[in-house]
Amino acid sequence: MPRIAIIQFPGSNCDMDAYHVAREVMHMNAELVWHTDFKESKFEGAILPGGFSYGDHLRSGIIAAFSPAMKEVKKMNKERKPILGICNGFQILAEAQLLPGALLRNSSMRFVCKWISMKVVTSRSPASRKFAKGDIFQAPTAHGEGNYYIEEEKLKELYDNDQIVFKYCNIAGMETPDSNPNGSLENIAGVCNLEGNVIGLMPHPERASERILNPFKNEKGRIVLESFKEYLQGKK
Amino acid sequence: MIVSGVSVDLTKEEMKYIKERMGREPSAVEAGMLDIMWSEHCSYKASRPVLKMLPTSGKRVILGPGYDAGVVDIGDNQCIAFKIESHNHPSAIDPFSGAATGIGGIIRDVLAVGARPIALVDPIFFGRLNNPHTKWLMNNVVHGIGDYGNCTGIATVAGETHFDHSFEKNPLVNCACFGLVDRDKIVYAKAKEAGDLLVLVGSATGKDGIHGVTFASKNLHKKSEEERPAVQIPDPFLKKLIIEATLEALKTGKVKAIKDFGGGGLTCISSEIASKGGLGADIEVSQVHTREKLTAFEIMLSESQERMMFSCNPKDLKILEKIFEKYNVAHRVVGKLIPEKKLIVRENGKIVADVPIELLTDVPTVKMPSKKPREIEKLLRQKKPHIPSNLNEVLMKLLGSENIASKRWIYEQYDTEVGDRTVLKCGESDASVLKISDKKAIAIKSDCNYKHAYIDPYSGGAGGVLENIRNLTATGAVPIAIVDNLNFGNPNNPEVFYQLSESVRGMSDALNFFQLPCVGGNVSLYNEEDTSMKAIKPSPVSLAVGLIDNLENITSLEFKQEGDSIVMIGNTAMETGGSEYFSVIFGLEGGIPPAIDFEAEKNAAHVVHESIKRKLVNAAHDLSSGGLAVSLAEMCIKGNLGAEITLEAVPSKTKNVQADDLLFSESYGRYVLTTKDPQKILKLAEEKGVKAAIIGRVMSEKRLTVYDSSEKKQKIMDLAITSMRDEFENSIERKMR
Repeated sequence: MPRIAIIQFPGSNCDMDAYHVAREVMHMNAELVWHTDFKESKFEGAILPGGFSYGDHLRSGIIAAFSPAMKEVKKMNKERKPILGICNGFQILAEAQLLPGALLRNSSMRFVCKWISMKVVTSRSPASRKFAKGDIFQAPTAHGEGNYYIEEEKLKELYDNDQIVFKYCNIAGMETPDSNPNGSLENIAGVCNLEGNVIGLMPHPERASERILNPFKNEKGRIVLESFKEYLQGKK
Repeated sequence: MIVSGVSVDLTKEEMKYIKERMGREPSAVEAGMLDIMWSEHCSYKASRPVLKMLPTSGKRVILGPGYDAGVVDIGDNQCIAFKIESHNHPSAIDPFSGAATGIGGIIRDVLAVGARPIALVDPIFFGRLNNPHTKWLMNNVVHGIGDYGNCTGIATVAGETHFDHSFEKNPLVNCACFGLVDRDKIVYAKAKEAGDLLVLVGSATGKDGIHGVTFASKNLHKKSEEERPAVQIPDPFLKKLIIEATLEALKTGKVKAIKDFGGGGLTCISSEIASKGGLGADIEVSQVHTREKLTAFEIMLSESQERMMFSCNPKDLKILEKIFEKYNVAHRVVGKLIPEKKLIVRENGKIVADVPIELLTDVPTVKMPSKKPREIEKLLRQKKPHIPSNLNEVLMKLLGSENIASKRWIYEQYDTEVGDRTVLKCGESDASVLKISDKKAIAIKSDCNYKHAYIDPYSGGAGGVLENIRNLTATGAVPIAIVDNLNFGNPNNPEVFYQLSESVRGMSDALNFFQLPCVGGNVSLYNEEDTSMKAIKPSPVSLAVGLIDNLENITSLEFKQEGDSIVMIGNTAMETGGSEYFSVIFGLEGGIPPAIDFEAEKNAAHVVHESIKRKLVNAAHDLSSGGLAVSLAEMCIKGNLGAEITLEAVPSKTKNVQADDLLFSESYGRYVLTTKDPQKILKLAEEKGVKAAIIGRVMSEKRLTVYDSSEKKQKIMDLAITSMRDEFENSIERKMR
């Protein structure tokens, strides 16, 4: 089974959750790897988990983005291996310019933790290929800086290149301001790179992968990791 | 008084005792050390005789009071470690740092027994929200708790928030942490062998927090703002690294003892670690890494955050150092354990303090006079005013009142989900439920009935524990242990001491009756302010943990199925004293508070527990603040289903109860259940002699409708869920704008 690394930066705190779901729920060959030990050649893919790498000092994700581990992640990207960033992982990927756009302070100026609905805009990413376009599922957000922003021209490129993967919506699938937890532009919750192998999202699918933990009494969050698993196994 | 040029809060008699024991006048460093160790915060010298009433043992108890955290066995070699502590005084002065370091401290307590912290719980108390100062406090306290808990990756899953004018100048910020540890991996803060090293790990020591405990052991006064250096500085990122480094170091098996740096700093930690092992300690302050140049006095007294003490054999030091270096956490050997039972402090080799350990750790108790507060008689005489004509308005007011309204504005700022364990959290059920394994969960909840305790401290103290029991029972759990946090005014006031001792007597009686141990806690006295001389209402907080041995039994409070019968368990009495109905609608504080009936409480809990176990229950909710009407409204709002209720059916103790008693009384021992099979539940109740009845039905129409007991069956309450929800969910947010 392909090996994947869950990279632990100082301050990562969803590493164990990602590991638990990847390993015990999804039966993937996942390993926790301390950032200084990460060598991309040993792995077929990587997950950058949530948390507060380097205590969010300066701004979230920026210090980790310049770490030697991220040089390895960039090499991994050149080989088009799949890379998934969740929450702080998304922030790091954006700061490292492996993903377009930036994550600003939430419009409420507060940390927001709540269950939200999102819909799948494209199923071409390694984290959405097992969803159908338009599928709706729920997961919790837990962040202070998740307000997605990108310049207008580049936003158009995102649409033209089918790079918007997930959008916040209400339970019926409508992209309303009320369903947007952080003020993200166009309700964007997750994007992928042009090539489609790097994907980042702010909500936490790993926390929505077990029925008992999900107030909506489903386990659709696990389709994100199922997609990742399938991508790794090379199923087209 | 002044001793060797140092100002100390010791009495003349205490100083005389110390001099006799030492055979000389203490040096400046020694005076400072004795001052903090003899403070109420470290020594419990006033409260210890009262605390002795609490039962502390039981078959599940692994560690009880006296250790960093209580530890209880939950089977399968697993244990829950938990502890509660107050950070009231620091939060009054600097609410952000005060609250954050409160969380930081309690995390270290749980870590210090070798447990991985998995959940935080925060009971917080403020003045009324119409006061701008309260809003400033609450904004920063919530931000401080959130910032720290979120960053360290520990879910904040429960708590309680109270608003009352008595907390205006003295907010209460209690912080609790739960951890999970294998039974055979528990570590003890107990010195093992002379010659073992003492290794200080973590943050550099600074001037922050010097005299934190003596600051906490006196009233707040006008110049308290100037004591801001007594508040510590939080660093949750470093704490996260310390958590991981500590847990990794423990895995090596080379750590002989650990203890967290809390109140009393290096003095407290070295004397307690040595005393538990019957040894002494020899500290060299020049080895302590500091932020700035500090004197020996300051190093021994500083309460700088994010520090842990490890003890190990000198030959194992390298193994531990390698782990601390992986996480980039500073570490220094600052001393060693010695066979003589003394705490010796050196500065560059020169002895600056040499104190017998027991003089620091065994402080003589102080006998406090006690007197029933004069106002109690007056409060009890308070009559219930006439029932208002518009009960819809009454319920809407209650739902939007700060003590009852949803605390969504607060808990949405906390990461409630990290750790992948949260099954039910704040607002979804009476207690929060965390998954421990595929077959086991724990339920946790803190409760404090300060309004009842104000009128009757015994009833309030017992009532908090009884509410714990109801809250846990309603989620399908069996309570197994509690910890307590006793927040009171100045104990030198006999009326305050009466409130303290009566509340603890109430708690103890309840715990003894239910065979629940109290495995730890904290005492926070002097919660009063010098200018107004007003103490806070007596606030005994009890925090309980319960066990759910089958995940299918986890029960939440929202209505789930149209057509379900609504069954009420327990008797309602004319006990609106100290209720939210009294304070919100009439602005009254007195009246008759709920009576204590342990037997009835136990039987009601048994009926609920059995009904859940037999899969008869779709939703369960206990009755507390706001009484029956508020509980029903919450079940409607959360489930988005309506209900029709006949008041006549509600079981009551006496015939002369009025509609407002039935709707808003906060009588103990009561629950609302929904079920497809009401007869089976009624039969269980009958067998146990518990009053129970079908009081209504869950409806698809989204309204809560209540019919009165008159022959005409008039609607005395009829409200749409949408309007109730808006009041309930958004009131606090509107007030905070």
